[in-house]
Amino acid sequence: MWYYAARRVLLAIPIALGVTVICFCLVYLAPGDPVQTLLPPDATQADVAYLKKVYGFDKPIPVQYAKWLGRAVTGDLGTSIQTNQPVLREVLRALSHTLVLSIGAVLVAYPLALALGTLAAFTIGRPPDRLATAISVFGVSIPNYWLGIVLIIVFAVKLGALPVAGMGPNGSDSFDITRWAQFRYVILPVVTTACVPLGIIMRTTRSAVAEVLSQEFIQTLRAKGLRRGAVLRHAVRNALPQMLAVMGLQFGYLVGGSILTETIFTWPGTGLLLSKSILTRDIPMLQGAMLVLALCFVGINLAVDLLQTAVDPRIKRA
Amino acid sequence: MSLAQAIPDVATKAPLVQVRDLHVSFVSREETVRAVNGVSFDLMPGEVLCIIGESGSGKSVTMRALMRLLPRKRAVITGELRVGAHDMIALDERRLSEIRGSVVSMVFQEPMTALDPVYTVGRQITETILRHQRCGRRTAWARALEILQLVRIPSPERRLHAYPHELSGGLRQRALIAMALSCRPSLLLADEPTTALDATVQIQVLILLRKLQKEFGMGLIFVTHDLGVAAQIADRVAVMYAGQIVEEGSARDVLMQPRHPYTIGMLSSTVTAEARGRDIEAIAGSPPDMRVLMQGCSFAPRCRFSVAACSTTTPEPVAVGDRHSARCIRLPETFDPAAR
Ligand SMILES: Nc1ncnc2c1ncn2[C@@H]1O[C@H](COP(=O)(O)OP(=O)(O)OP(=O)(O)O)[C@@H](O)[C@H]1O
Ligand SMILES: [Mg+2]
Repeated sequence: MWYYAARRVLLAIPIALGVTVICFCLVYLAPGDPVQTLLPPDATQADVAYLKKVYGFDKPIPVQYAKWLGRAVTGDLGTSIQTNQPVLREVLRALSHTLVLSIGAVLVAYPLALALGTLAAFTIGRPPDRLATAISVFGVSIPNYWLGIVLIIVFAVKLGALPVAGMGPNGSDSFDITRWAQFRYVILPVVTTACVPLGIIMRTTRSAVAEVLSQEFIQTLRAKGLRRGAVLRHAVRNALPQMLAVMGLQFGYLVGGSILTETIFTWPGTGLLLSKSILTRDIPMLQGAMLVLALCFVGINLAVDLLQTAVDPRIKRA
Repeated sequence: MSLAQAIPDVATKAPLVQVRDLHVSFVSREETVRAVNGVSFDLMPGEVLCIIGESGSGKSVTMRALMRLLPRKRAVITGELRVGAHDMIALDERRLSEIRGSVVSMVFQEPMTALDPVYTVGRQITETILRHQRCGRRTAWARALEILQLVRIPSPERRLHAYPHELSGGLRQRALIAMALSCRPSLLLADEPTTALDATVQIQVLILLRKLQKEFGMGLIFVTHDLGVAAQIADRVAVMYAGQIVEEGSARDVLMQPRHPYTIGMLSSTVTAEARGRDIEAIAGSPPDMRVLMQGCSFAPRCRFSVAACSTTTPEPVAVGDRHSARCIRLPETFDPAAR
């Protein structure tokens, strides 16, 4: 087991390296000149050349990559062209805000999705299944931004029960979720964010558990006198690896942030950061943000992989 | 005291299993499949009954009906089903689950798919024991080990901690048998338990089953395609065709003096040749479509003895000897002394 885990971790390193190459190069595939946006329209060619030299854009791309990577491994992702702040700090701050939403969404959506999906699988074609399926279709197909706006109108504007947007009176930097006064700000964006993973995971759970329930060994379990609850435990345990995979994937997407949700709720997370740096051609920021998010994704996948191995004896551990 | 002594003697004449006029149909919006059409038989404690018949003749459905394992909504069951003192039709799901695994157990055909792949063999056996017997984990584990020794699984301690995919087909089937026997049931249902195994393993498992059945004084209903197997282990044989038992009697009577044309046809393809291991496929024609309601004898279209009356009268079981009966209106003609 430990040997296997160590091997998986080592295997993740080349993947991470590949990720850095892609993050670095993708930015150069897009049209537009980063320096142009910093300068007034009437800037001279000499000004442009000077700025390019300052930011290192005048070197060939492989050289730029090597330099960038060399600094990246030490934790230095450069400085934002727009704000002049260290990229890593900005990215981590945005990430921490998004994590509040994504972990909140996970806590809301995952248990609910697992419970409803399992219930649906056990009652296929009957009312509980119909209801659960309806909820899941609703979750997947309702557009985020629409739901967010409706929630704001109902709970913030009409009822006045919850704040409209933002991260509380003290702003994003001193956000403290353990305080009710600030916790209130989390509720609506978390509900909005939880919707899609709720639907997707419920659907996956339903089909995975139903698939297990149709397998032959379920007959054996019933034939040896197990009650519904015990049979259910076997079914869920068998469907677990598949469910873990989807849950990990969904969490990965959540960590990437949602531009729409974060815009509606003025929540300064990764989605907003990414869109801002794309619009302003803030290349160091864009590269840094993509790299950090991609590494998160690799890490989450690795964790899922190890968890799957831990729960499924059929996966070879050698 | 061994369990064999605890089981009342065969001579006391209370049947362990009583099936009367069992009908099972699968109802869906599009069609109704009449899988079992009036099956009746008795099984005495400690007896071995072999059910033989073509694919689709309703053998498995009969077995599952006996344990009430068929889907409640889709499968309509009528008739009488008794196991010991239990009326299997009247019991609710909770009481049924108490009987399953403790009074009646089942061994399935496919050892590869009949075990839960993510639990160890030991967990699956102790789970059964803990479900039905009042004992702690340690005791259950010790009993599981004991039962693995009983079914002759080599290095049983190690096998308790193994996952199903780590065992060969033969060992898995032994593990399944161990699981089925772990609470000492008085009736074991075995639905083609050796079909999926290769020949040498088949014989070993068969001998083992027979031995354990004797040791435990257990009733055994054994479904098979293989006449050789039936001849080897059965006390009684029931031949099924199109959801009915067309002939039933002691193994000797049915296999040596068959009276129903279907049994005769089935045996004639086997008796002369090297008897073992042949499938029952040599009769011309194909079995009837179970979705349409049959008039008369369902074997008539394929029967060489059939006359006009066969397709209008539904034959009832007729006694042709001591505890030997056949469903055929042409019985006098089917008596063929040359066949003995
Ligand atoms: N769950 C079900 N729903 C609908 N029809 C079924 C179901 N189970 C069995 N049947 C039908 O009942 C009939 C009898 O099936 P059964 O499995 O008892 O045959 P069998 O004698 O065991 O055959 P085999 O030797 O191939 O195992 C078949 O026509 C089959 O299609
Ligand atoms: Mg069958």
